[in-house]
Amino acid sequence: MATVAEELERRDALQGIGCSRKRKEDPRFVQGKGNYVDDVKLPGMLFADMVRSPFAHARIKGINKEKALALPGVHAVLTAEDLKPLNLHWMPTLAGDVQAVLADEKVHFQYQEVAVVVADDRYIAADAVDLVEVEYEPLPVLVDAHKAMDPDAPVLREDIADKTEGAHSKRVHHNHIFTWEAGDKDPTDRVFEEAEVTVKQEMYYHRVHPSPLETCGCVASFDKVNEQLTVYITSQAPHVVRTVVSMLSGIPESKVRIISPDIGGGFGNKVGVYPGYVNSIVASIVLGRPVKWIEDRMEHLSTTAFARDYHMTGELAADKDGRIKGLRVHVLADHGAFDACADPSKFPAGLFHICTGSYDVPVAHVQVDGVYTNKAPGGVAYRCSFRVTEAVYVIERTLDVLAQKLDIDKAEIRRRNFVKPEQFPYDTALGWQLDSGDYHTALDKVLKAVDYEGLRREQAEKRAKGELMGIGLVTFTEIVGAGPTRTCDILGVGMFDSAEIRVHPTGSVMARMGTITQGQGHQTTYAQIIASELGIESDKIQIEEGDTDTAPYGLGTYGSRSTPVGGAATAVAARKIRAKAQKIAAHLLEVSEDDLEWDVDRFKVKGVPGQEKTMTEIAWAAYNNVPEGMEPGLEAVDYYDPPNFTYPFGAYLCVVDIDKYTGQTHIRRFYALDDCGTRINPMIIDGQIHGGLNEGFAVAMGQELPYDEEGNSLGNTFMDYFIPTFVETPHWETDYTVTPSPHHPLGAKGVAESPHVGSIPCFTSAIVDAFSHLGVTHMDMPHNAYRVWQKLHELGLDKRD
Amino acid sequence: MAKQHVSFKLNGQQVDVLVEPRELLVHTIREQLGQTGTHIGCDTSHCGVCTVDLNGQSVKSCTVLAVQANGGEVLTVEGLADAEGLHAVQQAFIDEHGLQCGFCTTGMMMRAYRFLQENPDPSEEEIRWGMSGNLCRCTGYQNIIKAVQSAAQKLQQA
Amino acid sequence: MIPGGFEYHAPSSVDDAIRLLSEHEDAKILAGGHSLLPMMKLRFAEPAHLVDINGLSELKGISLDGDTIRIGAMTSENELIASEILQQHCPLIVEVAKLIADPQVRNKGTIGGDIAHGDPGNDHPALMLVLDAEFVIRGPDGERTTPANGFFLGTYWTGLEEGELMTEIRVPVFKAGTGYGYNKLKRKTGDFATAASPVVLSLNGDTCSDIRIALTNAGPMAFRAEEAENLLRGQVIDEALIEQAAQKVMEACEPAEDLRGDIEYKTHMAAEMARRSIRDALARARS
Repeated sequence: MATVAEELERRDALQGIGCSRKRKEDPRFVQGKGNYVDDVKLPGMLFADMVRSPFAHARIKGINKEKALALPGVHAVLTAEDLKPLNLHWMPTLAGDVQAVLADEKVHFQYQEVAVVVADDRYIAADAVDLVEVEYEPLPVLVDAHKAMDPDAPVLREDIADKTEGAHSKRVHHNHIFTWEAGDKDPTDRVFEEAEVTVKQEMYYHRVHPSPLETCGCVASFDKVNEQLTVYITSQAPHVVRTVVSMLSGIPESKVRIISPDIGGGFGNKVGVYPGYVNSIVASIVLGRPVKWIEDRMEHLSTTAFARDYHMTGELAADKDGRIKGLRVHVLADHGAFDACADPSKFPAGLFHICTGSYDVPVAHVQVDGVYTNKAPGGVAYRCSFRVTEAVYVIERTLDVLAQKLDIDKAEIRRRNFVKPEQFPYDTALGWQLDSGDYHTALDKVLKAVDYEGLRREQAEKRAKGELMGIGLVTFTEIVGAGPTRTCDILGVGMFDSAEIRVHPTGSVMARMGTITQGQGHQTTYAQIIASELGIESDKIQIEEGDTDTAPYGLGTYGSRSTPVGGAATAVAARKIRAKAQKIAAHLLEVSEDDLEWDVDRFKVKGVPGQEKTMTEIAWAAYNNVPEGMEPGLEAVDYYDPPNFTYPFGAYLCVVDIDKYTGQTHIRRFYALDDCGTRINPMIIDGQIHGGLNEGFAVAMGQELPYDEEGNSLGNTFMDYFIPTFVETPHWETDYTVTPSPHHPLGAKGVAESPHVGSIPCFTSAIVDAFSHLGVTHMDMPHNAYRVWQKLHELGLDKRD
Repeated sequence: MAKQHVSFKLNGQQVDVLVEPRELLVHTIREQLGQTGTHIGCDTSHCGVCTVDLNGQSVKSCTVLAVQANGGEVLTVEGLADAEGLHAVQQAFIDEHGLQCGFCTTGMMMRAYRFLQENPDPSEEEIRWGMSGNLCRCTGYQNIIKAVQSAAQKLQQA
Repeated sequence: MIPGGFEYHAPSSVDDAIRLLSEHEDAKILAGGHSLLPMMKLRFAEPAHLVDINGLSELKGISLDGDTIRIGAMTSENELIASEILQQHCPLIVEVAKLIADPQVRNKGTIGGDIAHGDPGNDHPALMLVLDAEFVIRGPDGERTTPANGFFLGTYWTGLEEGELMTEIRVPVFKAGTGYGYNKLKRKTGDFATAASPVVLSLNGDTCSDIRIALTNAGPMAFRAEEAENLLRGQVIDEALIEQAAQKVMEACEPAEDLRGDIEYKTHMAAEMARRSIRDALARARS
């Protein structure tokens, strides 16, 4: 008779769901045997480098390639003229716009690609870049999004000048991209007119950049003999890249192989198709040799997918007890020179309309106006879950403003407005259905852990002494796991995801998914899911991703979608295998299927001890002894179309002390409670939380990519772009609750972006709170010492008597 | 420019290469000598992913010319493990989940390796300061600190 | 990321190095290389010749010569930190070196390079000013010694002539009871100073018998805040006086605006760093 202890032992041996097992991918990384794109070396490989524009807006009068071509070791110098016959000088973006692959007659942002040189090695290529002579005629520059739709604003996009139908709406101005709305305008406006209290806060979510430590790059290799194209690429979405490349090049998808090998961090920066990739592919096809392109850091920060640049106005209507009656949000979205956002195609503002947050908001309206400027293209990136960073920022900040106006404690006002547990699944006023949540419990747990009341008392004492201490509080709900194919597609391909699992005769497993890890630990976590579903040790389960020749079609990894969608596909595929295994077990044990029950790693005949078959035994039988009419083998595929998104949530609290003479902020404490539903590997979750919090800290406290009036990109090296070191980074405290998702096969929601989404408004909230007794309701990021000092200097707090 | 002959020990083995004077040591290690464990992450000597051990010191190999390594000894991540297995630092990074994407990890471990020889029993604050030349985006540093502490303990017991 | 081409020379004596510098007009000295090589990788500097002085052992070493500490120009920042002579006889140098760059860069960056480069953001020039240091310089016309005071002329402009090489830095030993402090405001570890200020002072009872205050990155080059010094010298220094001195410091600042801050912020921060260094120096002198 199996004891509880014995059953636990068998479960532990699996190292499945819930186990903080060490990662299976680590041994190769710690031995320097990772395989990143720049590690790839193919015979005959050449190196590509880009000639880039020093001007933000200019006409190209002429390009002289002579000197560059004369340099020994240079094989080609290509410009838009060379790409025109192939119709590749422009390419479609994921947001329904087009983007120049090489500048066609004019440049639209500083460092835009103007020509590509291909040479024997990167040293010669760098020399050749200096030798290409480009003559520019500078044009007036537009960098202020607020001026983009002025009547006399410079025309940026001459290529679509007469296009009045945009991809998402009518275009009312040559610099207008789209206007997008969600919710109900008239009822919302009425609520605001009639409300007892209203607040309005303008806030700027500044332009930043995900900056993974590995920059973007690829090795493109066109095999002339077999007419096959192979591209090693830093991509978070290899199958999408394959489809796009096939569409652009005319090479059938079956002859295009995209390989995302090991990727040194993605964070949403490696989703789009960059001109560098297309140029390398063209060069490889033209020259018949592999071509490698690896950008350097300055190119990376200046031209690849930036994040945010949302000018937001948040408004709340409420009663005098702080109960929200309505939400109104307007956004001016600065997309740079091309709308290259990686959003699901129907959502030009991503999932921004999750901005009702964790609160029961009866009516709401959101409007987003997108505009062009002379800056690098993009907007959706950096652990944002498709603009959820912006959405959570606007609701959390505006709610704090309401709390301050009514003199209601910031925790209390949240309690009064939370969606209650019994209201789930909850339909928001902007069209989402929150799957599950327990916001009160999460908040209470955090407040108790930090002794919130004690902190408020301490703050009062410090204020009496003229010291600046702030407490920031954020209770966020975010939306991940894009997404149901009826609403979510990338260039027309529905955002399902997939898993293919095969059990070998001797009981080990090979599985492939359509997602692609960039450090999230998929080789471990997917193995853990399969281990728990199939009763096979996760050590015996091999996970592969990223090679489009072998992996089933998937939409990739970004927006925290791997666990919600890929993880679901994995569980469902595994359950298909277990269903077949049950039939085989019944056949082996000569009972009916209904006589069997599943116990950790084996099927047992109910009520007959000793009559059992382990999955390993069943695996062997699958290849030589299956029931009449059943085909041999033990494998399954699942393409999972999620019924809904998932909605992880959390409560974060931050305590800061500000030096009133320098503006420096010391993060005294950061307490992060996350609820991502079922937790697959707690150790990995904690690692993700630490990382997301650190990136949030960087964004809130120092990162910025400003432009001057000439459109010069400032701060585009690590000299200025704030990447915190060990010394600046605070100690992170993590906690959790578990509220499973009712619609997910495992109840799991995804977690990696929550810490970034939630921490950024939390830091802001803390810093503003340090000044709130002086009437300050908001301060824009980044909260570097310089900017904080400007506020305290303005308030006269640094005066000495 | 004419190439020069440079000779040094790489992970205990003598190597000979021909380099232009401007060739950066990191490129020599990665491309001529095929040891791609050492990575490149920036252009301004900030990130530290290129850290190697040169003549007993942690240096950023992207800011050292290959010619400057002539006659010296270079240790990279490929030389950390020995016949008996992984180095204590490598094992500690696995044990404490001190890595995620792995890109900063090799330079991080090379620095930890040398740091623990400079300071075998460091406090958390000393670890933060001693490792401040290496950036990471994925881990938030917290588990790397635990890894260094774990390695320090193991190395002191040995 | 890739420097332009150049010819590389690794002389084995200081005289050889000087000869090479004279022979080749477009030649630069390669010391630690962590200021020069990054500039060359971005192609902001493209010298035709590099003269690598890392092999010159005569430029290394720290020794005590009576009341003078002699520091070889090629001493690295980490070697400064580890030096027992400096820890005992001029601990301010150790304090400053600890706040420069990061551990790897400190293995390569040298005190001579930091001084000679002429970057107003470098930490050693202001330090040399408050220490009343002397620089030993060798050139085609022989050897000379010059005081730090007056050596820093402007941005990337020092008293070093064409073909000259700094070989040694000489600083007086701290007398007993010397107070000192260094405060550096920076955005993160490894960054240049938003503003920084070294201070050295000595007390006679409660009175300040001498004080030196210098500023880093608060002007086109490092400078001494002489009017602030004059205000404090001979006085019993209290908070009110420190405040007046801070005002004088602000009047002397001409920082360049950049992403670290505008002129107003940097000026205020220069004064704040000076305040804190004066307080630190007083506390040390009194202990």
